[in-house]
Amino acid sequence: MEEQIKTILPEQPVGKEALIPLLQQVQGALGYVPEEAVCLISEKTGVPASEVFGVLTFYAQFRLKPRGRNLISVCLGTACHVLGGGKIIEALQRHLDVEPGETTSDREFTLAEVRCLGSCSLAPVMVVNEDTYGRLTPDKAVKIVERYRDNGHDS
Amino acid sequence: MGTIAEQYAAIQEGAQRRIAAAGLEDKIQILVGLGTCGIAAGGRATLQALEDKLEETGIEAEVIQVGCIGMCFNEPLVDITKPGRPRVSYGSVTPERVREIVDSYLVGDDPRPDLAIATIDDESFAGIPSWNEMPFYRSQTRRVLRNCGFVDPEKIDDYIVRGGYHALAKALDGMSPEEVIEEVKASGLRGRGGAGFPTGLKWDFTYKATGDQKYVVCNFDEGDPGAFMNRSEVEGDPHRLLEGLAIAAYAIGADKGYIYVRAEYPLAIQRLRKAIAQASEAGFLGHEILGSGFSFEIVLKEGAGAFVCGEETALMRSIEGRRGMPRPRPPFPAQSGLWGKPTLLNNVGTMFNIANIIENGAAWFAQIGTEKSKGTKVFSLVGQVAHSGLVEVPFGTLLREIIFGIGGGIKDGKAFKAAQTGGPSGGCLPASQLDLPVDYETLAQAGSIVGSGGMVVVNEETCMVDIARFFLEFTQSESCGKCVPCRLGTKRMLETLERITQGRGREGDVELLLELADTVQGASMCGLGQTSPNPVLTTIRYFRDEYDAHIREGRCPAGVCKAMITYRILADKCTGCTLCARNCPADAITGKRREVHVIDPELCTRCDTCRQVCRFDAVVAE
Repeated sequence: MEEQIKTILPEQPVGKEALIPLLQQVQGALGYVPEEAVCLISEKTGVPASEVFGVLTFYAQFRLKPRGRNLISVCLGTACHVLGGGKIIEALQRHLDVEPGETTSDREFTLAEVRCLGSCSLAPVMVVNEDTYGRLTPDKAVKIVERYRDNGHDS
Repeated sequence: MGTIAEQYAAIQEGAQRRIAAAGLEDKIQILVGLGTCGIAAGGRATLQALEDKLEETGIEAEVIQVGCIGMCFNEPLVDITKPGRPRVSYGSVTPERVREIVDSYLVGDDPRPDLAIATIDDESFAGIPSWNEMPFYRSQTRRVLRNCGFVDPEKIDDYIVRGGYHALAKALDGMSPEEVIEEVKASGLRGRGGAGFPTGLKWDFTYKATGDQKYVVCNFDEGDPGAFMNRSEVEGDPHRLLEGLAIAAYAIGADKGYIYVRAEYPLAIQRLRKAIAQASEAGFLGHEILGSGFSFEIVLKEGAGAFVCGEETALMRSIEGRRGMPRPRPPFPAQSGLWGKPTLLNNVGTMFNIANIIENGAAWFAQIGTEKSKGTKVFSLVGQVAHSGLVEVPFGTLLREIIFGIGGGIKDGKAFKAAQTGGPSGGCLPASQLDLPVDYETLAQAGSIVGSGGMVVVNEETCMVDIARFFLEFTQSESCGKCVPCRLGTKRMLETLERITQGRGREGDVELLLELADTVQGASMCGLGQTSPNPVLTTIRYFRDEYDAHIREGRCPAGVCKAMITYRILADKCTGCTLCARNCPADAITGKRREVHVIDPELCTRCDTCRQVCRFDAVVAE
């Protein structure tokens, strides 16, 4: 893991300004920020590891645990809330048998709640990986998610 | 090299030449709306079907991807312009429908008025009305959004031929920084991020501050749930933002700017990256812009998901690579901002007005609006309104006109209950306030705010106590935790609201909320805490009866709060079709085919599935 993280980080030391972008790069490559990355980024930026951890846990974007192969983000912004976003997440919770923020035991899906994806006019909305889906119903959401399940063709 | 004006003229001529060489005038142009909302509505599948169909039929057409024109309720949108004819806009264009339209209008010559929404033109055509006649557009004034849905956001030439970057050239050519600031001051432009601080004054403070290095920072951390104005603006017309930033930098004397953008907006980020590269190549950014002595570069900074970073001091800390926690002001960013240097911080919406003001003058800008709120404001009109979308209206437009005129009233014939403006910092305005003119002072008097421009309309089926709980849950979880009134106050308010919505409300809870609100409002350090009680205060002010029904009668009048409702099947309406029983995830419904079904309240999880699937309106929540 340490070797892999080193390949993501720049070779030369960088300033404190680069701290958040580096965390984003690590998460972009690995899907989460593992503990080893905290110390390596600390060395690279000269920011104490405790402070790196402080920044890491402050921002909602960063995950400390590996995520599933697919990331489902269900929007619970105002427009989605009043148009039934809560029912979308409940249906997915039941269907996947996980709580929001958790990953299914087969590591296929991570279910997340997010606050406003800015597609309010098509509420309720969810994003699976990079694809945005609007005007959802609980039924439609479950069907869409199933399309992402690994059928053995890709990893 | 020549003068600045000559250099600009040469660049514009080049852009015109390139566009003329493409011969678009003589070609069929097809515009596909592919902002985030267009994509979410299935725009990519429509585009694919369109391209396949064009190939199959051998029709030559220029397919152009554009940003949002505002009619989100009609997405996916496809517009067709035949040479010499007005642009015709088609809505809800599914892959099947796009094939049908190509067959009718491009293979044949029938523009299909039955499928068209309007012409995007002053002229009507073949029985298709002009968009100026549509209630959705009639009372809009598109100044900030003038390019959105018209230019290809990934082509700088499109922007330039429509006069883009001319305001920058004009400022650099004949105007001193003081004159630019005077123009912005005279326009009366106020910050579009929410607080409404006079923009020219802010520029003046930063200009007059002493420092060897100054920065311009653009706040694109559009975090209010229910708001997407900035996303649409940038996705549709990214160069307008860059031009505004460059003019601001020239005025205050900065050579470096940052755009702090939400990580949740990948498309906007991608388009901004492209726009910055193109503007640098064209000579509108970088070293000695247009041969003037002014140099300016822009760096994009992606946020990492913290609502509080919309607060200016928190935003700057986040750029510096720290936890985005606000600090007390003064010193204001104009004196001590990014890395302690004088910094000008403006919202995207504010920056989008700058090029217009410099190009057309302060007097032109101030022609419309109210005495203290000049110009136009872009709102994202969403929720249970018939025509949701992005709208731009002059300040002073009545709330009723926005919701019922432009928005077409409430969806599905339901009754209006409230308009939530200003997101978690704003409030809920009831029907009695519909005739208020929308401007900074009037909405503040009514207990809400104009805010960044989110306007969420809710109907009779929405519980206002639940809405207050929803916003407090949001602000409580987004509170950075630095100051006690916000950290603990929002938590206690949320607990009280949860108690009420769970049927455990106590006499005196409303008074407790008011008392907590007073402290949180008065003692919190930053805007997040200070404004967080607004949704609670306005719902108590205008919907006190709903709080009382929850607390005293254990009843949720809107039928939303789960602890207070039971689901029941009406015997006279149930046909015994078994659909509800088959869909119930808790197996709480029993009944034989063609016999009345029954819900077991012990097993029922109140997930609402039965009510949604029932075709006979036989399931009621009480």
